Amino acid sequence: MSIDTQRERSPERELDTSLDAMPVIRGQLPRWSPWVGLVAVVLIVGGVLSATGLSIGLFAVVSAVVYAVGMYTASRVVEGPRKATDRLVTIIVTAAFLVALIPLVSVVYTVVSEGLSRFDAEFFNSSMLGIVGEGGGAYHAVMGTLIITGLAAAMSIPVGLLTAIYLVEYGKGRLARAITFFVDVMTGIPSIVAGLFAFALFALFFGPGVRMGFAGAVALSVLMVPVVVRSTEEMLKIVPNELREASFALGVPKWRTILKVVLPTSVAGIATGVTLAIARVMGETAPLLVTVGLATGMNLNPFDGRMATLPVFAYYSYVSPGVPREPSLERAWTAALVLIMIVMALNLLARLISRVFAPKTR
Amino acid sequence: MSTTTDLKAEQRAAKPVLQLGDRIFSGSAKGAGILILVVLAGVAIFLFSEAFPALVAPASEIRGGNGLVAYIWPLVFGTLLSAMIALAVATPLAVAVALFITHYAPRRVAQGLGYLVDLLAAVPSIVYGLWGFAVLAPASVGFSTWLNDYLGWIPLFAGPVSVTGRTILVASLVLAVMILPIVTAVAREVFLQTPKLHEEAALALGATRWEMIRMSVLPFGRSGIISGAMLGLGRALGETMAVATVLSVSGVVTFNLISSSNPSTIAADIALQFPESTGLAVNTLVTSGLVLFAITLGVNMLARYIINRRREFSGAN
Amino acid sequence: MKTMRHGSRARLAAVGIATSGALLLAGCGAANESGSAGGQAGGSNLSGAIAGAGASSQQAAQTAWIAGFTGANPDATVNYEPSGSGAGRTQFAAGGVAFAGSDAYLKGDQLARSKQRCGGEIVELPVYVSPIAVVYNLPGVKDLKLAPATIAGIFNRQITKWNAPQIAADNPGVALPDQAITPVNRSDESGTTENFTEYLAAAAGPAWPHEPDGNWPVAGGEAAQGTSGVVGAVTAGAGTIGYADESQAGELGKVQVKVGDEFVAPTPQAAAAVLDASKRVEGQGQYSYAFDLARNTTASGTYPIVLVSYVLACSKYADAAQADLVKGYLSYITSAEGQEAAAKTAGSAPISDTLRGQLTPAVQAISAGA
Repeated sequence: MSIDTQRERSPERELDTSLDAMPVIRGQLPRWSPWVGLVAVVLIVGGVLSATGLSIGLFAVVSAVVYAVGMYTASRVVEGPRKATDRLVTIIVTAAFLVALIPLVSVVYTVVSEGLSRFDAEFFNSSMLGIVGEGGGAYHAVMGTLIITGLAAAMSIPVGLLTAIYLVEYGKGRLARAITFFVDVMTGIPSIVAGLFAFALFALFFGPGVRMGFAGAVALSVLMVPVVVRSTEEMLKIVPNELREASFALGVPKWRTILKVVLPTSVAGIATGVTLAIARVMGETAPLLVTVGLATGMNLNPFDGRMATLPVFAYYSYVSPGVPREPSLERAWTAALVLIMIVMALNLLARLISRVFAPKTR
Repeated sequence: MSTTTDLKAEQRAAKPVLQLGDRIFSGSAKGAGILILVVLAGVAIFLFSEAFPALVAPASEIRGGNGLVAYIWPLVFGTLLSAMIALAVATPLAVAVALFITHYAPRRVAQGLGYLVDLLAAVPSIVYGLWGFAVLAPASVGFSTWLNDYLGWIPLFAGPVSVTGRTILVASLVLAVMILPIVTAVAREVFLQTPKLHEEAALALGATRWEMIRMSVLPFGRSGIISGAMLGLGRALGETMAVATVLSVSGVVTFNLISSSNPSTIAADIALQFPESTGLAVNTLVTSGLVLFAITLGVNMLARYIINRRREFSGAN
Repeated sequence: MKTMRHGSRARLAAVGIATSGALLLAGCGAANESGSAGGQAGGSNLSGAIAGAGASSQQAAQTAWIAGFTGANPDATVNYEPSGSGAGRTQFAAGGVAFAGSDAYLKGDQLARSKQRCGGEIVELPVYVSPIAVVYNLPGVKDLKLAPATIAGIFNRQITKWNAPQIAADNPGVALPDQAITPVNRSDESGTTENFTEYLAAAAGPAWPHEPDGNWPVAGGEAAQGTSGVVGAVTAGAGTIGYADESQAGELGKVQVKVGDEFVAPTPQAAAAVLDASKRVEGQGQYSYAFDLARNTTASGTYPIVLVSYVLACSKYADAAQADLVKGYLSYITSAEGQEAAAKTAGSAPISDTLRGQLTPAVQAISAGA
């Protein structure tokens, strides 16, 4: 919100006034001051609060506020208002980052600590066929997730990339506007509706009892395509026009310009977007349940019959655990852990690809 | 490495601009776009044909007995309320995190940090649901009680405080955590693309780091931030399992954020009711899905409008 | 030139790593699946695959049944999909699945369509009987006893404090705290809710003014998804009370419910006793054993808050192999061994021998033919 109001002023005038208002030489806080200040504040606030006996959360909040106010005041006195604002923003941004880390650490800690107990060899080489109570594994679900997500990615990434290219590089007029608009609409399809749609589509051709991995992949594609388009579009848009014009000026045809200049320039961002899209659909439960179902045994053929997938496996292990609850609940958490690790591996792969394909800046 | 290709390209450039390769490429790009329209048309036909029986059914036969509007309105309210709170919490945080990673953290650390935040996106929604249920909800009870004690005069915090903490406030926070990595990732990539010349020019004029960000990075990244926020909003509006698990839903329209009576959301309601529904009940649920569709449509149109007003910062036009 | 080659080699390497990684994952089969176990010399000749779908309440039991059945018939595959009773009945009527699990017996339109699908009689067997416990979390109070009308008052939000006179009347000598009651209900439509509200409507009289419904009829208040959710919510908050499958209640306190003049705890035996006291529904067909449960029974030793879940099948299947497989599977489910397996892994109440005697002819009637 503050961005809005401040942007209205022109940068030139802003600099003029502040330069006029400023003495030529101002003092500067020593380099070590932020750290020493932080330690001092933590100690003082900690001391005061431990005397009154209050919670850790309150302690962190009060420390942050006292520190921000203290640094701002000190800097304003010694260095002037502009530097003081800069320091204040630094503190706020850093604090926001730390706040964002809290849920991350909490989620990861919960999943790892709950999931580690069944993170063993049996979990990765067994299915649930004939397993009651303890033991068993999710090998079948891991394979199912990889196959179905792989199929979904193989369908959505080309379509999504090409659509984004069309929108940014070629699209003019009505069709482009319509596609832009409807891609936005597509982001709003609830996952279960995508699943029902895919099921209705396949039931038309294969009869009412159809369950197959491919139908799940189609459902996931419906969810995945708009994410790929939106993020790719955004990345293509920020490729500077100067690059394109330079390429055209050298006589390079448009399609080669796109393939050799525009895409490599934005490949890191596109890879991030695609990975996010995959991560988003990999954890979907509802659409997979109505299209792919759940199997206890191994099935590697996505065009024939039910398959197990990790999210569905985790969900039902958690929801209907059976009588000793623990073995099933442990399997559920471990399945969630494995799912996260798969996405992490994908993420690494995307980074590797973007590093290899990105233009060398040196 | 590009010298050879450039030479070849130079020779070819003598020909007319529209070559075969160009035509194939633009044609397939156009085809992909049209394919999306076809799929969406399919989804729309499916939705309308499934929703039709509920639209024409007499009010007394709809679940709840008071007609379609009475059934869907509280869900719309809950969907908007939770998504808006989530967006209001997540967007500033995401921009700050993206700024921290791109402009504050030491270069070496920054990549690792970016990766760490991406990790949040990797967590499946059901896990967020379980985490919200088992960790965040109990932890929020103390905070909610505090809010009620000191700010209870604001209708938002009127109470009575939920003993389990499974309130719409907590559900919104879970949603905020879920969309944070999406918004952050898009914002981060856009911030990284800010032309170095702009940044260096600002710094050379004596701007502090914050002034540089305010004058070059944020204006440049505005479209990206909004776009990322809309992606996040899309997910928040359509999130199913996490909300269904965390939220204590009871079909009430209330702004009270910390009690155990909360409005449900459309997606969560579909997930909760669908397995046991038959006949007209299914049609009713699909109709609510259609409404969610319309909501997303409206929100996205608004976002497009905002972005288009600021077109001058996009590099591609 | 040099740099270009280097670049393309690096790309090749990246693609290579990606694909080989994918290939590595697509390795061997699961260790516990020994192909089509030809080595096992069991006397069984059943083979093929059938699939069922329906009530999630049955899932734990179905897992046990499938494991037991496919253990004896290694060439047979049975899958059960816990997609919900409604979805299960719809799919069964449409011919999508060979059998279905349902928390309610077939009625009206669905009954007609199912009969049409089967080309004749349907087989409808109450194979999963589970007591629904009224669970509560009130530190310091054990063995809470409640009359039906009091339970209805609590869940209808008329009785709001734990030390209300109605509760105290049934629990003489128990120190009840002056604490607010938070009733927890299911947020999803469920057979458990339907059975619970059916009980309240039948047994509580005017204290429960709502119709039986799979959707919780009282607006407002705490709600949670699934049995796991209700148990979790009741465990998390002090002063809470909810209803959940007895087998999933864990450490929570379970209310003893007033039946006639005595207070009965939720046990499998007391739950199974209700079925014997109940009347069979007329007009469903000769192989349908649907029951209208005697919710307001006063018989000694019965616990009337039970969930009865049915398995639905056809008496005629077009495909002989499918008919044999369904028949074999249902025989196993209704057998003493199958019921015992479900009791062990799902905490259900095994059906009585009398009932089994009635059900067996229906199972035996399953055959092939148009």
